Amino acid sequence: MNGTQSAAGREILEVDGVWVGLGGREILRDVSFSVGAGEFTGLIGANGAGKTTLFRVILGLQSPSAGRVLVAGRPRSRRNPLIGYVPQKFLLDPDAPLRARDLVGLGVDAHRLGFSRPSRARTALVEEMLEAVDATSFADARVGNLSGGEQQRVLIAHALISQPRLLLLDEPLANLDLASGQEIVALLSRISREQRIAVLISAHEMNPLLPVMDRIVYMAAGRAASGATDQVVTTEVLSDLYGRHVDVLHLHDRVLVIAGAPGDHGSANGALESIEIVS
Amino acid sequence: MNRFLSPVFAPGFFESSTIHTALAVGGLVAVASGVVGVFTVLRGQSFAGHAFGDVETTGGSGAYLVGIGPLWGFLIAGLAGAAAMEAIGVQRARGRDLATGIVLGAALGLAALFLYLSTTASSTTGATVTVLFGSIFAVSSSTIPLVIVLSAVSVAIIAVLYRPLLLSSVSSELAAARGIPVRVVGALYLLSLAVAVALAAITIGAILSTALLIGPAATALRLTKSPGRAILTAGLLGVATTCIGIVLAYDSFHWPPAGHGWPVSFFVVALVLFFYLLAGLPELLRARAAKTDHTTRRATAEMAA
Amino acid sequence: MFQGFMVNAWIGASIVAVVAGLVGFFVVLRGSAFAAHAIPNGAFAGAAGAALVGINTIIGLGIFAVLGALGVAGVSRRGRHDVATALVLVFMLGLGALFLSMTVEYAPEIYSLLFGEVLGISSTELAPTIALAAVSVLAIVLLYRPLMLSSVLSDVAAARGISAFRIELCFLLVVALATTMTVPVVGTLLVFSLMIGPPAAARSFTNRPGVALGLSVAFALISVWAAIAISYKTNYPIGFFVGTISAAQYILGRVWAAVRQRRAPTLGRAPAAAPAS
Repeated sequence: MNGTQSAAGREILEVDGVWVGLGGREILRDVSFSVGAGEFTGLIGANGAGKTTLFRVILGLQSPSAGRVLVAGRPRSRRNPLIGYVPQKFLLDPDAPLRARDLVGLGVDAHRLGFSRPSRARTALVEEMLEAVDATSFADARVGNLSGGEQQRVLIAHALISQPRLLLLDEPLANLDLASGQEIVALLSRISREQRIAVLISAHEMNPLLPVMDRIVYMAAGRAASGATDQVVTTEVLSDLYGRHVDVLHLHDRVLVIAGAPGDHGSANGALESIEIVS
Repeated sequence: MNRFLSPVFAPGFFESSTIHTALAVGGLVAVASGVVGVFTVLRGQSFAGHAFGDVETTGGSGAYLVGIGPLWGFLIAGLAGAAAMEAIGVQRARGRDLATGIVLGAALGLAALFLYLSTTASSTTGATVTVLFGSIFAVSSSTIPLVIVLSAVSVAIIAVLYRPLLLSSVSSELAAARGIPVRVVGALYLLSLAVAVALAAITIGAILSTALLIGPAATALRLTKSPGRAILTAGLLGVATTCIGIVLAYDSFHWPPAGHGWPVSFFVVALVLFFYLLAGLPELLRARAAKTDHTTRRATAEMAA
Repeated sequence: MFQGFMVNAWIGASIVAVVAGLVGFFVVLRGSAFAAHAIPNGAFAGAAGAALVGINTIIGLGIFAVLGALGVAGVSRRGRHDVATALVLVFMLGLGALFLSMTVEYAPEIYSLLFGEVLGISSTELAPTIALAAVSVLAIVLLYRPLMLSSVLSDVAAARGISAFRIELCFLLVVALATTMTVPVVGTLLVFSLMIGPPAAARSFTNRPGVALGLSVAFALISVWAAIAISYKTNYPIGFFVGTISAAQYILGRVWAAVRQRRAPTLGRAPAAAPAS
């Protein structure tokens, strides 16, 4: 049943041959990859490549036309106690009377009916989570008043408090400046290592994640290639994925994927009239 | 001739001077509402139209208290509202639903007070109904000149500003880039809107005025994408709706409950909705056909695979 | 003013205020301005229809308010509140006007339906009002946690198995119940004011959701009590007082928020470490 078993144990997430079509267009085509327990995986792809759709399928919010998703060996369901989720877009009303502390507290048992009974254990747990993401200094401020990076951290704490085995973050770096983005990546990497939580984070730029990624899932044209970074991010693999010639350049410790004009299969003098840095 | 028409038009229809006034006023109002309404829908400011309706309710109620005609009350309140909206910035007002909602609530509360005071002070019953739901049959023919002037003014503003207004409604950045004073154009448009709502208010009441403002306009925009043709269609549709409404209301004197007659505003509002839904029918049928087509194609593809 | 038939008025209005404060808190949190307008409009038609047919207005209010709630839920599932819904809302008002034009007592009936009445809840209506209130409060209490999360972060809630649509539907039904109770006291045109004024003011005074909820109820009670007291003395309509008091509370809240902002701009944040000298 589970053909892929990493040495560390059962894969926490298996995506197996997922197809998703919408209005005649194919968004995801035969996407397969897996995430091992405690692994830090980057899902890289341009805007519109289907990353959010893939996440929605994993979370059970959208049904694939074909294929399946297994979370810790079991088919995914509407409620995913093992998955913590931080969405890409969220708008928190600056006037809403909700402190960071309250939002994190909701992560414990929001799916239950009624009010939560205040208890010392619960308060301590919330405090611990806030500390884990460095949010103690603004725990009592309104969530809507926090900066983008601070809100991000509160949402991570909210996701962490229910003790997931997998953290899913949809483009957390998209709206952050460089410094905040680096902080978040470092934070996530630390949490992943210390608490043995798998992290699957989507981005359209892979460079900020290069230092911490164990595995990469690279998406283009609805298809995906997954594996170790240096095996996937190569001219051959990516050209095959994109369906046209792309070059992978290493510049210091950064990676650039450069596409020529469509149809250009690497002319002799390396045409630079129209290049497009894909990621 | 009479034999053909009598099933539709109850006896005395064409002779009644009240009807003549109603048709004249209703027609003029419908034209103005249609023209201004098209831009209201294009600018996505239906909310502003609704806000004017509430504010003018206060004005109409105040008019009864002070003893002037409701149209003046609607108008003055509308102009004051336009000035306030301009000062605050209509675009921002839309985003701040809470604050504007509270202001409108206070305005309606004030209207309640005015209506109460005018009812006890001068024992004019029916002020509430007239202000909120309109009574076009009670409009005296002496109001017609004012209606003509106001309709002409609101339509003229739109006509004079037609091209800059159109451009700034579609994209204010583009218009500003071309040197169009977007703020001034917007303010003049608000003025025109205030007047149009006041006119619609005497026909079908301040609370229901939104229907006449955006209904025919939205229907017209469903039928055609050309703004010029939409304006024409909206005007015609508005006039047709109002006239049919008046006819039905007159006929309804003989319907149960006897002797009362159903309100014109009800018919107008019902017809506006009816025409709007009717205009959406072709697209609905087309979407259904496309969906069945797609499902059939998928099924065939799956069978072939 | 505290004797005889007024006792019922006070009790009924207090119950209404509590429910309006609780439900209104979430109306403001969710930004459900549309629903808070749509449902009373539908209720208006229902009440008018009930008066026409001769049954208890509460029944008409209730049925149409619930239908309105289902309608709004159906529309919001589709995603847009377009012109059609605006026209349907206005049509509801027109329908109400039609029904009222057909009943014999036209003027006073329509006035109190629109703007409220001190004796809005008669002794016979007190029992159903209490029942509706109990159901509403129970629903809010039960739904509190998923409602909070779904209102603030609907995607995250969905990932936890909290269906945004189901929450919306349940919530709208509670709004319908609250509207049914509130209309007899403050009138259909001012229900919106009572439901958003107090919670909007409350949020300016505290960061904590539980406290804000309590303050929302407190402000609603103040509003309704003042309205009844002054209305009893002056005979001015309740709707007038509710509308103006709501506005006053909101302004007070904004002023307080501005003052607090100036005096303590980093409220809720721990003070930054002292700079090295």
